[in-house]
This record gives sequence, C-alpha cells and structure tokens, in this order.
Amino acid sequence: MAKQINLTIDGIAITVDEGTTILEAARKLNIHIPTLCYHEDLCVAGNCRVCVVEQEKVKNLPASCAMPVSEGMVIHTNSMKVRLARKHIVELLLSEHNADCTKCYKNGNCELQGLASQMLTGDHLFLDLVPEKNYTIDMFNTAIIKDDSRCIRCQRCVRTCEELQSVSALGVAYKGDKMKISTFFEHSLFEVVCTNCGQCVNRCPTGALIERNYIDQVWDAIYDPGKHVVVQTAPAVRIALGEALGLPPGKIVTGKMVAALRRLGFSSVLDTDFTADLTIIEEGHELLTRLKKALVDKDPTVALPMATSCSPGWIKFIEHTFPEYLPNLSTCKSPQQMFGALAKTYYAQKRKLDPRNVVSVSIMPCTAKKFEANRPEMRSSGFKDVDYVLTTRELAIMIKQAGLEFDELPEEKYDSFMGASTGAAVIFGSTGGVMEAALRTAYEIVTGREVPFDGLNIIPVRGTEGEIREATIKIEKVKPEWSFLEGVELKCAVANGLAHAKTVMQNVKDGKVNYHFIEIMACPGGCLGGGGQPIPTSPEIRSKRKMAIYQEDMGMPIRKSHENPEIAEIYKEFLEKPLGHKSHELLHTHYTPRKRY
Amino acid sequence: MSEQTLKRVDLIFGEYSSEKYKVLANTLHRSNEEILKDLLESGLRGRGGAGFPTAMKWKFTAETPGDEKYVICNADEGEPGTFKDREILSRVPRKVFSGMAICGKVIGARKGYMYLRGEYRFMLPELQKELDIYHEHAKNLGLNFPIEIRMGSGAYICGEESALFESMEGGRGEPRNKPPYPTTSGFMKKPTVINNVETFVNVLMIMRLGPEQYKKLGTTDSRGSKVFSVSGDTPIPGIYELELGMSLDRFVDEFGDGDTKAVQVGGASGFCVPRKKFKDTIIGFEGVPTGGSMMIFNSSRSMYNVLHNYLEFFEEESCGQCTPCRVGCQQLRKGIEAVKKGEKKALYLDQLMKLSESMKLTAKCGLGQSVANSFSSIVNNFKEEMIY
Repeated sequence: MAKQINLTIDGIAITVDEGTTILEAARKLNIHIPTLCYHEDLCVAGNCRVCVVEQEKVKNLPASCAMPVSEGMVIHTNSMKVRLARKHIVELLLSEHNADCTKCYKNGNCELQGLASQMLTGDHLFLDLVPEKNYTIDMFNTAIIKDDSRCIRCQRCVRTCEELQSVSALGVAYKGDKMKISTFFEHSLFEVVCTNCGQCVNRCPTGALIERNYIDQVWDAIYDPGKHVVVQTAPAVRIALGEALGLPPGKIVTGKMVAALRRLGFSSVLDTDFTADLTIIEEGHELLTRLKKALVDKDPTVALPMATSCSPGWIKFIEHTFPEYLPNLSTCKSPQQMFGALAKTYYAQKRKLDPRNVVSVSIMPCTAKKFEANRPEMRSSGFKDVDYVLTTRELAIMIKQAGLEFDELPEEKYDSFMGASTGAAVIFGSTGGVMEAALRTAYEIVTGREVPFDGLNIIPVRGTEGEIREATIKIEKVKPEWSFLEGVELKCAVANGLAHAKTVMQNVKDGKVNYHFIEIMACPGGCLGGGGQPIPTSPEIRSKRKMAIYQEDMGMPIRKSHENPEIAEIYKEFLEKPLGHKSHELLHTHYTPRKRY
Repeated sequence: MSEQTLKRVDLIFGEYSSEKYKVLANTLHRSNEEILKDLLESGLRGRGGAGFPTAMKWKFTAETPGDEKYVICNADEGEPGTFKDREILSRVPRKVFSGMAICGKVIGARKGYMYLRGEYRFMLPELQKELDIYHEHAKNLGLNFPIEIRMGSGAYICGEESALFESMEGGRGEPRNKPPYPTTSGFMKKPTVINNVETFVNVLMIMRLGPEQYKKLGTTDSRGSKVFSVSGDTPIPGIYELELGMSLDRFVDEFGDGDTKAVQVGGASGFCVPRKKFKDTIIGFEGVPTGGSMMIFNSSRSMYNVLHNYLEFFEEESCGQCTPCRVGCQQLRKGIEAVKKGEKKALYLDQLMKLSESMKLTAKCGLGQSVANSFSSIVNNFKEEMIY
C-alpha cells in the first residue's frame, strides 16, 4: 500500500495515498475546484492556473492539479486570495479570447464560458487584447476547423495529439504574447500529418477546434423535393447520441434515433451496421485468401499481417507514418464508404431512383469520416459515394433545431433494405469489435462450427483502453476445402489509439511479432471514443458506452454477420460473391503514401 | 557622503593559474561530508539571484538515490543589466569547471554540462580551449568528470532551471511543474544540481580559503562577496566584486553620477529602489537580493519608459504557457499605456497592481512571479510619472 498522507482541505481532514494531487484529494471530498487545462485522459500541464488554491505557510498559490499532497498540508480552495486570483485568470483568458459566444459553434458547451458564468460578475477588469491580435482561422480542412481567436492555449490538443495519438500534428509555436498552437510551418491541418481523428476536438475546452459542420447542407438536401436523402448511422452513434441530448452516458437510443431521423425528414433511415456485416464477409474472405496465398501457394508477395481498414484516422496515419505497410491494409473500404457506394448503385436501382438525385448522408462518431468521404478514391458509384458526413454532435444539434423532444420519441425500426444488421456489426463501435465479428464469421466459414467461446463472446480480443491486446485462436477440425488451415494458430492483435497503433506497427516492422490479423482503431476505446462523439469524454464515460455496445450486441437476435438475411440477398441480387468483380469495383480500394510532416 | 569606500574583493577573478588545480586536487581527496560541511558552514547561497543555500541543494541531490546524476552550470545569463558571468567565463573559466567537478564528486555525477547563453556564442571557441585544458588536468588528476558545453538559442526563459533542462533535452523551453525539483528530477529526469556560474567559483574559493575566512566577508544572511554588473547613469560602469550586505546609499555614493534618482537592483525581474529608500536598503538576501545587475538611473530618465521597456521585455520573453504570465504581461504593458494616454483613469493602476499581485501568486515559474517586483516598485514609487 502506498504511504498515507494526512491533510486538511477547507477544514475537512482527509487521508490519501502519497502522490495524490490536491485536486484529486479535493474531488474525493466533493469539493469542486475549477479546471481548464486539466483533462483526465492527459498528463498534467498546470498551465492555465485556474485551479490554484491557498496553502497555509506557503507564499504562492499552487496549482492543485499539479501539486502533490504532503503531510500536514492545510489547503483552502475558496479563500479571498484564491477567488481574486481565479477571477483574474479567467478575465485574462477572456481578454485574449474572441468571446462572441452567441455566434460560436460551441455556445453552451464551452468550458471557458461555463467558468465565466460561474465566476464573473459582469465587470470587465482588463483591456480587450483581441483587436491587436492577428488571429487566423484554418478553414481549409474538410474535417476540422482551427480558430486561433478562440484558443486559450491550454495545450490539451497538443498533449492529445502527442500522447494519445503520437501524431504531433499540433504543437506550440512562438513565445510570449505571440505563443500559439500551430502546425508544421503553420500549414493548414489539411496539409500536415493530422489524421483528422478529432480527439483534439473532443478535448478542446472552447471553440478553437471544432468539426466542419455540414448541418445546413443536409437541411438543404432534405428540403429539396427532388432529392432522395438516405441516411446511415454508425454503430457507435446509438450508444452516445443521448449524452448530447441530456441523457446519461451508456444509454442505448437506437429506436429513438431512428424515429428522430425520420422526423427530421430523411427519405430513408438505414444502418451502417448493414455494411459492417458486409465488411466482415469481404474482409473475412480477404483474410482467408491471404492466408491461403501465404500458406499454400507460398506467395512471398502476400502481405501479412492483414490490418483492418475501417478507421479513416488510422488509414491516414499509416499513409503518413508506415507507408511501406499500405499493402497490409485490407482493401475493403470502411462500412461508411461501402454503404455510400451501394446507396447510389444497388439501392438506387432497387428503389428505381436516379442516383443523381440520391443524397447520401452518414451519421458518424468520427471527424475523420468527413475527410474519408471527400477522398478521391471514394467515388466508385460514379458520384461522390457519401455526400455529407455528420458527427453524433451535429445530429444532436439538428434534433434540437427541429424542436424534437428526444426522450419522448417512440422507438422505431430501421427501414428495409440495407437496414438489417447483427450484433457482430454493432460491436464495430468498440475496440476489438471488428476482430471479434470477423472471427465469428471466418471461423465458421472454415470449420462449419461456431467460434468456441461461450455465447459467441470472444473476450480475449475485446480491446481495452491503453493496452495492446494479443490473442491466439487455434483452428481445428476444418472443412476439407480449408485443410491448409488445420491446426493453424491465428495470431491477432487489437490496438486502439494511434500511439498504440504506432507501437504495434513498429513491432511488426522490427520483426518482434508475427501476427496474421491486426485490428486498429484510431481513437481511445474505438469508435465509441471517436472524435465526433459528444463532449466531454473521459475514461468513465467511454467505459459506459462500451458496456452499452456489448449490451446491444447481446440483445440482437442475429449475432453473426454471415447470417444477416439482407447480406445473403445483396450477394444474390447484386454482388454475386465475396471478392467478386462487383465487390472489387465498389467495395474495395487502395491508398497512397503521404509525407511524414 | 560616506567617508569610507566600499570594500573591493578579489576572490572570483584572483590569480589561480600558479596553483595548477591544487585546490581541486586537494578537494578531491576530502570526503563528501567534509566538503558539504564546509559549504554549509560558509553560508554560501546561490548567486543566480534566488539565493538557495548551495550546500542544501547539493546535499539533497547527493541523498537522492540514482546512478545517473548531472551537474549543470547555468551560464544563460539573460537578466537585463547582468553581464558578470560573461566576465567570469572569459577570465577564470577553469575555476568554474573545477567548481563543477567538485559538485560532481559530492553528488556522484559523472557528467557536467554548461548551458551557455545563445548570445555568448562568440565565447565558445575560447571556452572550448579552456575546457580542453581542464580535461587534460582532470586526466592527470585521475578525475573522470567530462564537461560539455551546450548552446542556448536566445530565450530568456531558458535561464529558468526547468526550462533549461527542457531546452537541453531538445524540447521547447517551457518551465516544468515543481515539485519535482531538480534535486530529484532534473536534466533527463535525473537528480541534478544546477548552479549559477559564480556559485561554482565561490565553491572553489571556499575550498581554498576554508569557511572561516570566507565568512569574514558579508553579513550573517549574505556571506561572501558578489560580482556586480554596474550600468546606467554612472561614470564608471563595469564589473565589480564587492562585499555583500552594503547599503544602497554607499553603493550610489561610489557609483552614482551625483544625480541618481533610482537603482534597479536585480535586473528587470528585480526591485526598483527610489532615492529616499537608499539609506535603508541593504544589498543582500536580508534586503534586496540581486543576481548582480545594478542599473542606475538619474533624474533625466523617465521611470515610465523604464517600466514600459521591462514589460515589453517580459511580454516577449514569457514562454507563453501559463495564463497569468502570458496575458498578464500584455495587460500590464497595455494598461500603463492606457493610463499614460488618459484612456484609463489613474485608478486603473490599482487594478493593475492587484493583477501583478495575482501574477506573483499564481504564475508557474519565476519569470511570471517576478514581473510584479519591478512593476509594483516602480508604480508605487513613481506614480506621478506613470500618470502625467
């Protein structure tokens, strides 16, 4: 047990482990100390200084987030000195900040605004510095907008980009009054290593980093009588949307979300889960094909391990960081892009619609999906496969704009077809989900039996935040046509967060590991912790979302992708067979190397 | 006018080459306890300005377990009005290296670094030559304590010890949270002693003279002598080694031009003392401490301009990471401009005084915390110059 430290906070005695900070100790006593640069997911910076407290017998006011407790410490969190200092700090931040809150995208969900309303009493203590500043807005990116005029330089984004994602697209430039958060040579985020993962957006306390929103474009499409607007919803949206609409984290709102989308006026409410199932069929066959090439044909050119390609943040990361491993990526497009390609081909044909009049919208937990939809590779239907990508947050805004009482909505079902899905598709939203879904199907293709795990729950591949999961599945008693896989131990790895992805890929590169199949999700916890999810985010919130995802899986009548009836139908009516000609045309793609800055 | 003149001391720059590293050689034969005891006895406090007892710093670092420890000489002499380290390094660099080597022995470090101010790059070739000579002598003494010189890049903030470590490690020069202190986690997160150039020379001198003789200089709180950089309105600007504990009055008698209205003690981050307080001001840790900078202003100077200049300096040299320092400096500078122009009432100065007090209380490092020193001492003593 750690050494115990006794201290007093606001007159209350408390004993905590050595190494605890004053802030953490105060929270245990339900004493709320305001913070800005502090974030549970990140290392302590101690640079905003909002969390200062008074320590008896100490001259200065220490920052409670960065100051460890010590024996006999006497702390006051709300003394006259502290109140004035905090007020000064918030006033200082505001004097540098473009505070036209009512015009800001983050209005109502801004930590600085929250602090200001808590602490300030309407007097302008200091001069307005904004007019002198030459603030710039980076609007060139299709996914993320960076507005320096709203930045309070807390460096949460910098720490996110470096620690969680090992991307370091954002960094600090200049010093003193000119200090700012910037990129390589101040290029647009569009031109640097930024993966558009949006983790910085999730953690930005103000409106300095936001998603590029396409809300008005989607409304325009909905209002256009000549357009048929189809909407798809990603697996991780249904377990998080409620948070942005006043419901507690971990609440499953699938039915209400479908009802809301219908009321917003979408012509057809469909499910990305359908193409997640399709991804599993295609990707499962691709993996088996690669294994056959490697094990039977002894083809030296076959790229193993095969890596999943569902996460667009990960795709851009590997393009920049490990371009030599691009052949290892599954050629399958992400479920969003498969859906888009099918919406303007299969769906349009079946519904007898002119694809020119089909507008395809997706609701994603992700900002990188916005970039993905705009890739030149993603036009295989002859049109832009996905026209607009909205984040979970943007959908919540649309629901509010439409005046819907979300919690009062009835539970409704997805439209058919391309609306049916399975539990295997739902778990795409959590780290390890794609792996588990693929194994449920591939194992059965090869052996004719269900995976040998209780209740189809392949717990060993279910990822955990902050670690790399490794698992080995032994394949036994295979069907005759798969005899080359008899006794093969399929080695899998699951990683979430790009920092861990980097470790996995470096290990692969160094020859330290010998995997067959790798699942990588760019965001902590997988899509459920995606950059487009409701703000705030924390380990606790993400763990609730994760529980909801697996609960949703357990509740689905069908839990294996290959048993989705609509999947059988689409192969019969349209695609013919997995990895067939049509599949290659519409559902598969290749990516291009990018520069390392 | 005072009858006596100030006592000039010649410890730091005194001749030593004849001794051929005798002091170092003798000291290396002594036990660490003895060395620390002498240092403690001598009362030596850091010469960079903050005045932390050197013996304590060394003792804490020596007591921290670890195989990898470092000695760093802070030669990032950036405080406006300070230029004494440059003189020390150009005249007696081997005294500095020897002092570092003694520190290395005491704390158990195997490597030393000197972080040289970016603007002093011109000194590098000469200093490197001297360092080579030191290395040769060290070899002869059987001492394995290599020293390497690292160049700064011109940022004032990198003189702050933890920002200096960041800079040496290849990072952005931003101060770290403290604790942990360098004694447990410094350069490369290893236990580190970081001292000013002059401190290391003082250590060597204490080893030569013994604490008893060293203590004869100075006062109880401020032992020894100090090298001062005297500049401004004085007929005799330059470097002077003087006994600590003198009154400012006597200092001005000797160095002023007869019309001195204020002395800025300790550079831009120090205190401004007006004429009426000269008599009661002691230069030393019991009074107004200084890292060496003594800037003398006569009645032709506008104290508004002086303060404005300091604030502009801080505004630019803040690393920018913490709110009170980054924005506070801008507000103070703009604030006094607004008062001067009449855009803000004179009362606004009170608001700014409170702000500077908050900066002192909440800034992350010494830079932001010390802006209030010059701000409040100049505004309080020369209010009318701020307004009219």
